[in-house]
Amino acid sequence: MDWGGINPVILIATLMASAVPILLAALGETVVERAGVLNLGVEGMMVIGALGGFIVAVQTGSPVVGFIGGAVCGAALSLIFALLTQVFLANQVATGLALTLFGLGVSSLGGQGYNGVKPPPTGKLFPQALADLPVVGPIVFGHDWVVYFSIAMTAVLWWVLKATRVGLIIRAVGESHEAAHALGYKVNRIRLMCIAFGGAMAGMGGAYVSLARVPQWVDGITAGAGWIALAIVVFASWKPWRVLIGAYLFGGITVLQLNLQVAGSGIPVEYLSMAPYLITILVLVIISAGRKANGAPASLGQNFHASR
Amino acid sequence: MTRPELLRVEGITKAYPGVVANSDVSFSIGEGEIHALLGENGAGKSTMVKMIYGLVRPDSGTMTLRGAPYQPAKPAEARRSGVAMVFQHFSLFEALNVAENVALGMENPPAMRELAARIRAVSEEYGLPLDPSRMVGDLSAGERQRVEIIRCLLQDPKLLIMDEPTSVLTPQEVEILFRTLRQLAREGTAILYISHKLEEIRSLCDEATILRRGKVVATCTPRDRTAREMAELMVGQALKTPERRMGAKSEVALGVSDLSLESPIPFGTSLKGVSFTVAKGEVLGIAGVAGNGQDELLLALSGELKAAPDRVRVAGQPVGDCGPVERRRAGLVAAPEDRYGHAAAPDMSLVENAFLTAGVRKGLTRNGFVDWAGTRKFAEEIIAAYDVRTPGPDVAARALSGGNLQKFLMGRELMQGAQVIVINQPTWGVDAAAAASIRQSILDRAGEGAAVVVISQDLDELLEVADSFAVLNEGRLTKPRPTEGLTMDEIGLMMGGAHGMEVAHHV
Repeated sequence: MDWGGINPVILIATLMASAVPILLAALGETVVERAGVLNLGVEGMMVIGALGGFIVAVQTGSPVVGFIGGAVCGAALSLIFALLTQVFLANQVATGLALTLFGLGVSSLGGQGYNGVKPPPTGKLFPQALADLPVVGPIVFGHDWVVYFSIAMTAVLWWVLKATRVGLIIRAVGESHEAAHALGYKVNRIRLMCIAFGGAMAGMGGAYVSLARVPQWVDGITAGAGWIALAIVVFASWKPWRVLIGAYLFGGITVLQLNLQVAGSGIPVEYLSMAPYLITILVLVIISAGRKANGAPASLGQNFHASR
Repeated sequence: MTRPELLRVEGITKAYPGVVANSDVSFSIGEGEIHALLGENGAGKSTMVKMIYGLVRPDSGTMTLRGAPYQPAKPAEARRSGVAMVFQHFSLFEALNVAENVALGMENPPAMRELAARIRAVSEEYGLPLDPSRMVGDLSAGERQRVEIIRCLLQDPKLLIMDEPTSVLTPQEVEILFRTLRQLAREGTAILYISHKLEEIRSLCDEATILRRGKVVATCTPRDRTAREMAELMVGQALKTPERRMGAKSEVALGVSDLSLESPIPFGTSLKGVSFTVAKGEVLGIAGVAGNGQDELLLALSGELKAAPDRVRVAGQPVGDCGPVERRRAGLVAAPEDRYGHAAAPDMSLVENAFLTAGVRKGLTRNGFVDWAGTRKFAEEIIAAYDVRTPGPDVAARALSGGNLQKFLMGRELMQGAQVIVINQPTWGVDAAAAASIRQSILDRAGEGAAVVVISQDLDELLEVADSFAVLNEGRLTKPRPTEGLTMDEIGLMMGGAHGMEVAHHV
């Protein structure tokens, strides 16, 4: 069942894993932006999470603890952003960009001496017998727990944002911070918690790169995944399921173009390499086009100061 | 009639850096009483009610609710004690639906489906029809207010605070609101009613507390006083009514024909076939409830929105496809409503702001360079002529109070010697004395032969300055009519009546 040397079952199974870092980071950023905060530091939080998760996993020997460590590191870095933008009311765009540069620098420094070290492997969740089933085996049962976790988080966030009071408050704060304040909600505190959540998700996404995808530490290991996560959030109209579609699309085309390169297709490598970015954005633009209100939170990127 | 006391406020003082918002304020409200809190902008009304609602903490003083000490640390506590508030602005979320908006203002909202049913029930009981699943962004101003009122009513309040509730309603809607409020009062809910509209207070309220500069200057029974007496108590001086000097009416200075434009504003209102003319020396007043196309009309007239050339004509010359700068050159200046960010660049000095719109008409550039000396002189002229209270022309626009900045901005447009002047909300948030002087200068410019379009939601203001009167309703403009002889009823009908409201039909 191969198409030009590419097995579709393997392709789907691989894309689900390769999309995990972007999916986790983009889900976190979705919550942050729904609360009205634009944190452009996703790449920085991911790379810090990648390093933090890697070090913790190597030191403790447990990949699960490593993922938690990655989440904690990402959240810790995001709290710098929260402090600057929510307390000192610094500009969110500039602070986010600085956060990315800072995260890349710090991870490069802290990663000295971890090059070439092998992390403890993250095992599959289901027994090999199930994963050996034809077709459904690799796709449904062939993954580590983080893949299932990322899908579960998509569902959870969709439900939380749509149907729960917490989600309603987050959306309200992102929609009009003045109105939320007038009703007595602590705008900056809610935003701070959302930023920390976004940082944790990005950190965990980063940890997945260094612990499961690559798996080792090299400088700048996230290689722009944070930026594509940011783009996916916008083009997915801030909706969790569309974020999943976007992340899988990107992951799928990335895997496909690698396979095509290996299979020796006639298309030049440069075009194949740019394909995931182009096609993902194109498809998401088409999905989100046509409607006037594309769902952007009305207070996105604006700082709130309770002056009255 | 004596009522059992519900809320007593004693010696409340609240100071902000630089201003004392409330100083030793005391009053009390009985159960089922409609109590007015009356005062000008900046008199401390809003700060006072924010303290009762727990948004702001008083520096000193005490409050008692039904005999028990009452000091809410946050609105949630106030709501638990039975105090609810309908805000003037800023408390609805446009991208959320009615039920979600209501849920956000409640302590323990029921499940959405049940809440929707309760919203329907309450809205029918009080004659305020409302569909819980509609987006608030698509509702009219009157309907939005119903959302707020219903949000409060669902919590069974003992005290309902209403902050300037009628500024966004048509006269008919006001009448229906008042019936709802009287019904609530009969049922035992006390209402604290904040306003500066005296006739309303006279017809609705049982008692009134009048604030001036943060202090209580009088307590009275509004029915026993004239509006003028209360106005003078509120302002602290005798009021001057602007006098009109009729200019000779002659040829048409501004003509707009069949102007239809998509709104560029999210949830905005598109203009549909707007036509009118304004002659030299004439003031056209355009009324309408906020959000019926006022902002769009200003954009279309100022040149920020372009149309086909012959849709807008200044002195017979087509300018429909010209931008703001070319229209200024042709003799049309415009003053938008939003002072901070649209009419003025808040962080730039008054001199720089003066240049921004007057540069073209006052010839303030030389060989592409700004003539700063000339610009400063112009800014100083405005400050002197319009009594703008500022340390000097170099302070940032943001540093001026709303009223002072408004005077400066009005002066900037009115002193450019333009043939056509378009103003949206000339006296919004300006105190009575300054408002009177702004209106006077509008009339003076008209007397000198300028054609003026005043867009405003304040009907009294329009009736005072306008020669002819039209209403914007859902992006359509009614045919302008002479102001003389218009009655409030006719105006209300022009404004679209009551937008489907019914009178409360339960006893």
